[in-house]
Amino acid sequence: MAEVVIQKDKMDVSVKKKIQTVIATGFFMLLSLLVVFPFIISFIASFRPGRDLIRNGLALNLDFSTMSLHNYEYLFTGDHSYFVWFKNSILITFVSVFLTLIVCYFVAYGLAMYNFKLNNLLFFLVIATMMVPFEILMLPLYQEIIDLHLTDTYAGVILPGICSASTIFFFRQYLQGLPTTLLDAGRIDGATEFGIAIKIIMPIAKPAFAAMGILCAMGSWNNMLWPMLVFRSASHFTLPIGLNGLLTPYDNNYNLLIAGSMFAILPVFIVFLCFQRYFIEGMSAGAVKG
Amino acid sequence: MGKVKKLLFSQKVAPYLFILPFLLSFLLFWAYPMFSTIKMSFQSVLPGQVEWIGFKNYTKLLKDSAFHTAMLNSFEYMIGTLVLLIPFPMLFACLMESRLVKAKGFFKACLYLPALTSIVVSGMLFRLMFSELGGSQMNQLLALFDMAPIKWLKIKSTSYFALFVLACWRWTGVNMLYFIAGLKGIDDTFYEAAEIDGANARQKFRYITMPLLKPTTIYVLTISIYAGLAMFMESYMLWAGNASPNNIGLTIVGYLYRRGIEKNQLGYASAVGLVLLIIALIINVIQLKLNGTFKKEE
Repeated sequence: MAEVVIQKDKMDVSVKKKIQTVIATGFFMLLSLLVVFPFIISFIASFRPGRDLIRNGLALNLDFSTMSLHNYEYLFTGDHSYFVWFKNSILITFVSVFLTLIVCYFVAYGLAMYNFKLNNLLFFLVIATMMVPFEILMLPLYQEIIDLHLTDTYAGVILPGICSASTIFFFRQYLQGLPTTLLDAGRIDGATEFGIAIKIIMPIAKPAFAAMGILCAMGSWNNMLWPMLVFRSASHFTLPIGLNGLLTPYDNNYNLLIAGSMFAILPVFIVFLCFQRYFIEGMSAGAVKG
Repeated sequence: MGKVKKLLFSQKVAPYLFILPFLLSFLLFWAYPMFSTIKMSFQSVLPGQVEWIGFKNYTKLLKDSAFHTAMLNSFEYMIGTLVLLIPFPMLFACLMESRLVKAKGFFKACLYLPALTSIVVSGMLFRLMFSELGGSQMNQLLALFDMAPIKWLKIKSTSYFALFVLACWRWTGVNMLYFIAGLKGIDDTFYEAAEIDGANARQKFRYITMPLLKPTTIYVLTISIYAGLAMFMESYMLWAGNASPNNIGLTIVGYLYRRGIEKNQLGYASAVGLVLLIIALIINVIQLKLNGTFKKEE
């Protein structure tokens, strides 16, 4: 008799748990749907003539009769600068990610692996740069770029961002977790300090490179404000600037805008789905360590 | 040759060589612009004619009603995002980590997608969804409830609604991931001990989760305050430019942009930037105090 009661209790608990699971999972399903919804409607809209957007705005519209591949056809074969912007974005992203990773790795390596007089002061400076929003420096920096004759150049866009404080911070945190005996082993084997940093520690720090590389790439790909200030000629524009310029209801602009926007977020989504783990690691590092 | 070789092996010189690029970049792209913006804020800067005017830029700011509007807008936006983007993501994170949810990875990925999207694309999508035209998504929603279309982005209250929806859409997933990372750092034994003592779910949340999430919460709070006060591109995209009816979308950075870039008044714009900097620094000091950074380590 007692056994039966216990079994019934157990069943109640498991049924309760199942209901909770359904409710919790259902909640996130709804939330995810809500979040993905704008992407869905714009994806559908990208198959419809751009004048639809001008006339009606953007909304869920499942009228299949007006849908065609015309916008994408225009995107890939039409006479416009979209792929010039695309190429510029890719170039700037690759160069700035490469330089940022190399420079920040070595700076962080210097801070993490050596005890020297100015270590604390220099680390304090890194933190200080993190505490000032870029928007405050954007104006004098813009002036400086003009004075250095770097307006409308890739260097003007890329250089100020290479020494990224948050990237240095992340690398330093990562490197501090490694045993210093690795360095001593390298020294005994007759490696130079530079050689140790490249040949011994760098391969170990691969996950940190992956996490920061992805984060920097996303930032650079999506960056709008600074490139918008630096670039003047349309042939240098990056995707965000170019797309922003299409927001005038003129000619084929909206056709290109909607299809081009979808095509611009595609690479980021693909990279994210492939390297999700690194995204999350790189991003949440700051929150845990404070 | 001998000297170079010695240099390569020297543990004293090596760190300075490694750090050199940071120092260069710091001086060139941080210290110098910082110095020059502080200097310019006390000057009237016209092409070929620079004049020291003391605190005139700042006293002018005190009486500048457009600047007051911008300050008010930025603070309202910042406070709104704090209210929306801290408690809810925290609860979502707890729910996500509660072992009740299936297919966690999928949901996390979905919620994170907006953060991957350039503000240009997401701002454009929201501008079109909140368009005043009858066919826009939001007006169609209203039509479902037999309500007349609204000119969303021409009225302050509805345009802030749009801004907040955009902010929540973009950052809920990110903040949730921050909190999940924080939750993963909490030792399970705390919960086991509480369970033995007979604590219920709410008590566990109140007395274990909340206090132990404090560092994460402070971090999210700080970056949200910064992002809120420095908001510019969201408004720039929603109104397709820096101008909005009655300045309803004007923010501090928007005003800095208007004065500095559009009107080329570098001195006055620098003063705007420095006001923002001082606010940011005050908030930072408070944050460091809360975080206990100034306390002696025990």
